[in-house]
Amino acid sequence: MSTNETLAQLSNQLVYASMVAYAVSTVSFAASLAATKGRDLTQAAAPVSRRSAKAAEKAEAEGSVLVATRIETETGIGDGGSEPLAPGRRAGNIAISVMWLATILLGAGVLFRGLSVMRAPWGNMYEFSITTAFAISLTYLIIALRRDVRWLGIFVVIPVLLSLGLAVTVLYTEAAQLVPALKSYWLVIHVAIAIICGASFCVAAALSSLYLISEKAERRTAEGRSYWGTGLAKRLPESTKLDGMSYRTIAFMFPLWTFAIVAGAIWAENAWGRYWGWDPKETWAFITWVGYAAYLHARSTAGWKGRKAAYISLVAFACFVFNYFGVNIFFSGLHSYGGV
Amino acid sequence: MTERTVDDGLSTVPQEVDAGAPAGFGVRGWLRWAWRTLTSMRTALVLLFLLAIASVPGSVFPQRGTDPAKVAAYLADDPVKGQILDRLGMFDVFASPWFAAIYLLLFISLAGCVIPRSVQHWRAMRARPPAAPRNLSRLPEHREVVSDDTPDDVLDAAAEHLRSRRWRVDVDREQGWVAAEKGYSRETGNLVFHLALVVMLVGVALGSYGGFRGNVVVREGSSFANTLAQFDSFAPGRGFDESSLAPFSFTLDRFTAEFQRGGMQNGAAREFSADVTFVPEPGAAPETRTIEVNEPLVVGGEKVFLVGHGYAPTFRITDKAGDVVFKDSVVCLPQDGNFTSSCVVKVPDTTPQLGLTGFFLPTAAVDDIRGPHSTFPAADDPAVFMSAWEGDLGLDSGAPQSVFKLETENMTRVGIEAMRPGESWTLPDGTVVAFEGYVRFASFAVAKDPGKELALAAVVISMAGLALSLLVRRRRVWVRVSAAAAASTLVDVAGLTRSEHTTVADEVDELASALGEPAASTADQEEPA
Ligand code: HEM
Repeated sequence: MSTNETLAQLSNQLVYASMVAYAVSTVSFAASLAATKGRDLTQAAAPVSRRSAKAAEKAEAEGSVLVATRIETETGIGDGGSEPLAPGRRAGNIAISVMWLATILLGAGVLFRGLSVMRAPWGNMYEFSITTAFAISLTYLIIALRRDVRWLGIFVVIPVLLSLGLAVTVLYTEAAQLVPALKSYWLVIHVAIAIICGASFCVAAALSSLYLISEKAERRTAEGRSYWGTGLAKRLPESTKLDGMSYRTIAFMFPLWTFAIVAGAIWAENAWGRYWGWDPKETWAFITWVGYAAYLHARSTAGWKGRKAAYISLVAFACFVFNYFGVNIFFSGLHSYGGV
Repeated sequence: MTERTVDDGLSTVPQEVDAGAPAGFGVRGWLRWAWRTLTSMRTALVLLFLLAIASVPGSVFPQRGTDPAKVAAYLADDPVKGQILDRLGMFDVFASPWFAAIYLLLFISLAGCVIPRSVQHWRAMRARPPAAPRNLSRLPEHREVVSDDTPDDVLDAAAEHLRSRRWRVDVDREQGWVAAEKGYSRETGNLVFHLALVVMLVGVALGSYGGFRGNVVVREGSSFANTLAQFDSFAPGRGFDESSLAPFSFTLDRFTAEFQRGGMQNGAAREFSADVTFVPEPGAAPETRTIEVNEPLVVGGEKVFLVGHGYAPTFRITDKAGDVVFKDSVVCLPQDGNFTSSCVVKVPDTTPQLGLTGFFLPTAAVDDIRGPHSTFPAADDPAVFMSAWEGDLGLDSGAPQSVFKLETENMTRVGIEAMRPGESWTLPDGTVVAFEGYVRFASFAVAKDPGKELALAAVVISMAGLALSLLVRRRRVWVRVSAAAAASTLVDVAGLTRSEHTTVADEVDELASALGEPAASTADQEEPA
């Protein structure tokens, strides 16, 4: 079967067009973030539990119902109230709309890439990267439908742009058929899930980084010291919230990642006769898995919650990224089909 | 109130008691201390890190298990560093004692932690939900409503509401409360996940104990019978019984390969398939089968995989007397993606002995820099470039020799020649080397892994457990009633969950609104913002 060049060309143009739209969206997100008034960091200096304990004490005097209300408003995402034109809102809305446009363009690009060769569009690193970028944006946009996460937008769009930029420059590979080892429906399952995981890992890493900044800003503010991240932290939800979001993303993703590895093992068993061979790609998938398992454990181990756990999440993400790019470039193994 | 006490009892996560110093110096004190330290979460965490770090060298250095040739090359290139690394097990990371030590400790720690937790969880699942705290307004999720019903009716309604939503419910009319708990499957899932990991390891061990893996190269027109002697390499597990090899055989009739032509991926493989005549057991009727990548041949618990291919040029060598001293197709090892393949022919039955080394090129080209090489993997324009050597092949010395390498120490080169199929070359002493053509060869791996079904089942169960453990929330709610003024009942509803989740708030809201109306004075504040 040969390649439909017209569709392949169209796909490339759509990917470029989406990059332009993502760039516009980045600028709007930045403007939105800059214009946001921000919250009072001193309010958040104590962790939720301690504060709710304090609140509960006060409740004796003030009447219990107030407490619930107070906790809710304190922990709520400061979305600038319900005024339609609160500072930064309009720019944020524009950013999201443009991001939808970009994501639709990119989705069409991915689709046509697949149609041009009549197979799932993830046979090489270029295709993984554009599909992952698409998955990251779509994940974010779906969350944004239900919650106000405009503050997160820029931290999602930038990795998307980076991933697309790398894809079209360094990783670009012409549309073509697959090498025989890749012709398996387990591949489709394995890679599709790995791509979703990559998207969630990326969002979780963004959240963990923001948590680290926000937590430090709150601590420094309480101590009356200055910190470069204060300005940014003001415009973010409070740190415990960020920590919880990052945990939930990873908790959602960890079983999927486990499944991606298992699907890969089943595929390997079919193709090479062993389900696990400690090939560099497999080894690093395992390291990533152990890293996230360590993160989940750290969160339930005294003395490891909070900052340490967040660092573990970042290290685990670094392992994932290394597996994605580094292993194909530095090591040779059975998985060296990336087209690099 | 700290977060820890809020969590109390909602999971069997072991409390991080500092194991402290061993109590006394008795052996038992030390043992107890060691066991408690080993089974603590913190140790598990450290072991997980160690496991991750320990696998890194396995991806950095070549491994004997996957690429023995590269290990040999490394040792030859840098003997000093190579020896040190080898001593440290860096070329056998995943089979090294220190790697095993880490995961065995991890699994002992896991068992030591998880088994007591399972017992504890079993008890908790059968116990009554804990009684309602005296002051529900102290809990993080709390609502207060007023009902027109009597306190007993409210308790019944609350119990009914909760039971229909599959909460485990306990009612105390005297004290005026309902306690309910839900989400035990979080803990169950978590325990199942951890225990299944241990079972999976058993499956992996079983596979490497009772299984085997062998490799064999088969040329078109040749056959392979599944016996130990016919394998080129064979790696049995410790407990593998060679008489249990399935008694099949097959002949490779045809191997086809297709490659991308043109474009950036010129030469990339597109399609491989091996057509074989397969005989399941001696005397059985032959069947024709096709083995492809991703489509192994399955026979009696063993699988035959297509793992590689290449070319085998056919030579016919006639000595000066006109006798044919060699006639065979010679398997040549592919050196690059375009199948520039290196060939060795040994002819021991002449005096002096004769040897040929050189290249088979499916699409031949020669240039000054690369010498003879192939420019495309398909046999578009095949040729061989061979050197002829005469002297002593060294086969009688007793030392084992690779068939892919010619020992030229005691030989002299007598000529070099390029040939296309059908051409022949007369050496100075009158020996004639004819290049008659080529056949393809395919390499197959035959493997058996008796533990893989167990490992797969364990992994599937562990994933189910994991999903439960991460998606379900263990939570409690309580309802307390107290008679208020004028035939109405004051109802306190409160909920508790581990800090990460917000659903219990919704559930408390739902229950509260099912039981009564917000008290008038606080109604406006009760609405969530
Ligand atoms: C030394 C052995 C181990 C011990 C003592 C241990 C202990 C625990 C405990 C107590 C929890 C419950 C935490 C909670 O409910 O939040 C847990 C959760 C978990 N463990 Fe382990 N574990 C061990 C090994 C492992 C291993 C080898 C893995 C896989 C790499 C693993 C993966 C997980 C996961 C994914 C969770 C779920 C985390 C969550 O519920 O938030 N554990 N472990």
